[in-house]
Amino acid sequence: MEPVNFLHYAFVQKAFLAGAFIGGLCALLGLFLVLRRLSLIADGLSHVSFGAIALGLALGFYPLTVAIPVVLLGSYLILKLTEKARIYGDAAIGIVSAVGIAGGVILASVSRGFNVDLLSYLFGNILAISDLELVLSVILSLAVFILIGFFYHDLFATTFDEESARVSGVKTRRVNAILLFLTAITVVLAIRVVGIMLVSALLILPAVTALQVARGFRGAMITAVLASVSSVLAGITLAFFLDLPAGATIVMLNFFLFVLALFCRRVRIISLS
Amino acid sequence: MPTIISTEHLHVRYNAEMALADVTFTISSGDYVGLVGPNGAGKTTLIKTILGLLAAESGRIEIFGRPAARFSEWNRIGYLPQRVASFNPLFPATVKEVVGLGLLGQKHFPKRFIPGDGKRIDRALELLEITPLRGKLISELSGGEQQRVFLARAIVPDPDLLILDEPITALDPQTRDNFFSLISRFNREKGTTIIMVTHDVGSIGQYANKFLYLDRKVVFFGPFFDFCQSPEMNKHFGDYSQHVICHQHD
Repeated sequence: MEPVNFLHYAFVQKAFLAGAFIGGLCALLGLFLVLRRLSLIADGLSHVSFGAIALGLALGFYPLTVAIPVVLLGSYLILKLTEKARIYGDAAIGIVSAVGIAGGVILASVSRGFNVDLLSYLFGNILAISDLELVLSVILSLAVFILIGFFYHDLFATTFDEESARVSGVKTRRVNAILLFLTAITVVLAIRVVGIMLVSALLILPAVTALQVARGFRGAMITAVLASVSSVLAGITLAFFLDLPAGATIVMLNFFLFVLALFCRRVRIISLS
Repeated sequence: MPTIISTEHLHVRYNAEMALADVTFTISSGDYVGLVGPNGAGKTTLIKTILGLLAAESGRIEIFGRPAARFSEWNRIGYLPQRVASFNPLFPATVKEVVGLGLLGQKHFPKRFIPGDGKRIDRALELLEITPLRGKLISELSGGEQQRVFLARAIVPDPDLLILDEPITALDPQTRDNFFSLISRFNREKGTTIIMVTHDVGSIGQYANKFLYLDRKVVFFGPFFDFCQSPEMNKHFGDYSQHVICHQHD
C-alpha cells in the first residue's frame, strides 16, 4: 500500500488527529505527575475506568460518557482519602483502583454478554475511533490545554515546591484538585488510544524521556509533547502497515525513545567528565 | 514603628504533642530577629504557623496588621524554607525559572510574566552574585549555590519581610559570612524586616537587634542588650558562651 493512499483513509486521519491531541495532552500532564511522584495515579484511574466502562456497557450507555464522571469521582475520592483519612497518596490510589477493578469484574460477571466489548477497551484501538470519540477527544483536549495554560505557573510552582508555592499565594489545594481533575479526563481519553492496560505508559514514558535530555521546564514540556506525538503517529503508521496492535506499538515506540534519551544523557555525561 | 508580625497566646499541637505553648511576641518594621533555640524547640513550627502552613490550635496571629487567615499580600513576604524540604533534586528547572517563582505572589489570574520581570530576576541574581548560573539547571548546582538561588527567589519580589529558616546550613564559612552581610545590608539599606532561624547564635549575634529564644514557649524575647544581661539566657548558654555572643556583637 502506498503511504500517500494510507493518509487518504478517513479512519487514519481521525486516528492521527485524535492521537496527536491525546498524545500531547498525556505528555504535558504526565510531566507534572511524574515530577510530583504521582505517576501511579494514572494507573489507578485507568482501573477505575474499567469499572466505569463495565457500568456503561451494563446500563446500555456509551461507555466513555459514563467513564468521565465516574473517573472524576474516583479522582475526587483519592484526593479526599489523602486529605481527610490520613493515609498516603499511594495507598489511596491503591484503594480506589482496587474498588474500580472489583466493580468492573462483578458487573462483567453479573451482566454477561458484553465481555468482548469490555476487552476491546482493555487494549484500545485508535484506528477504530468513531466520529463522536474524535470530537470528544479534540474538544476535551483543547479544554485541558487551555486550563493548563491558565494555571501553568501555579502548576509549575506547586510541582516544584508546594510549601513555597503556598507562601507565594498559590492556592495549592485548588491546583492539586485541578491536576487530578485533568488527569481523570485525560485517562479516559487515552483509553481509546492505548487501552486501559497501557494508559499509564502514555502518561509516564514521554515525561521520563523528556527528563533525560531537557534543559528547563518549558524545554521538558516541549520534548515530552514531541516524543509523545511522534510515537503516537509513528505507532499508528507501523500498526497499519505491519498489522500490529496500535496501542502496544505506540507504547513500545515510547519506550524506545526513552532508551534513546537515556543513552544520549549517558553520552553527554561521559563527554562532560 | 508599624507592627509586622504579632502573635498572642499561640498554641500549636503537632501529632498530639504541644509544639508551641502560649507564644506571644511582636516584631516591628525594620527588626532583625534571631530566632534561636534547641532542636525540637518549635522554631520551624512557629514560622510555618505564621505563614499558614500549619494550623494553630488557639491564639491570634497578625501579619502586617491583618489576621493571618485574611492575609493575602504574599508578595510582601520572602520565605526561604529549611533545606527546601519538598524540592525534587531532579526537577528540570533552570535557575531563572526558579527565581521567577518568587514573583508569583504579585500576579493575578491568569498569572503572566511581563518584560520587566526578567530585569528583576537579573537584579536578584546579580545581588547574590549568581548571574553566570542563570541558564543552569538547579540540579547541576552545589548545595551552597542552590541555597543562593532560593534566597534570590525569596528576595526577587523586594519583600518587606524576609523569613529565613536555617539558611546557612549548606554554606561554607566564607559564603556564610557573605550571606550574613547581604541579609544585614537588606535590613539596613532597604529596611527589610528579617526573621532568621539559626543554631549559629554566635554569628547571628553580630547582626540581629532582637532575639527570640524559643523552647516550645518564649524563654526570651527582646533587644540584644537585654539578651546579654538575661539570667535566663545565662542559664541556657553559660557565662562563657553568653560573653562570646555579646562580645561578637561589638
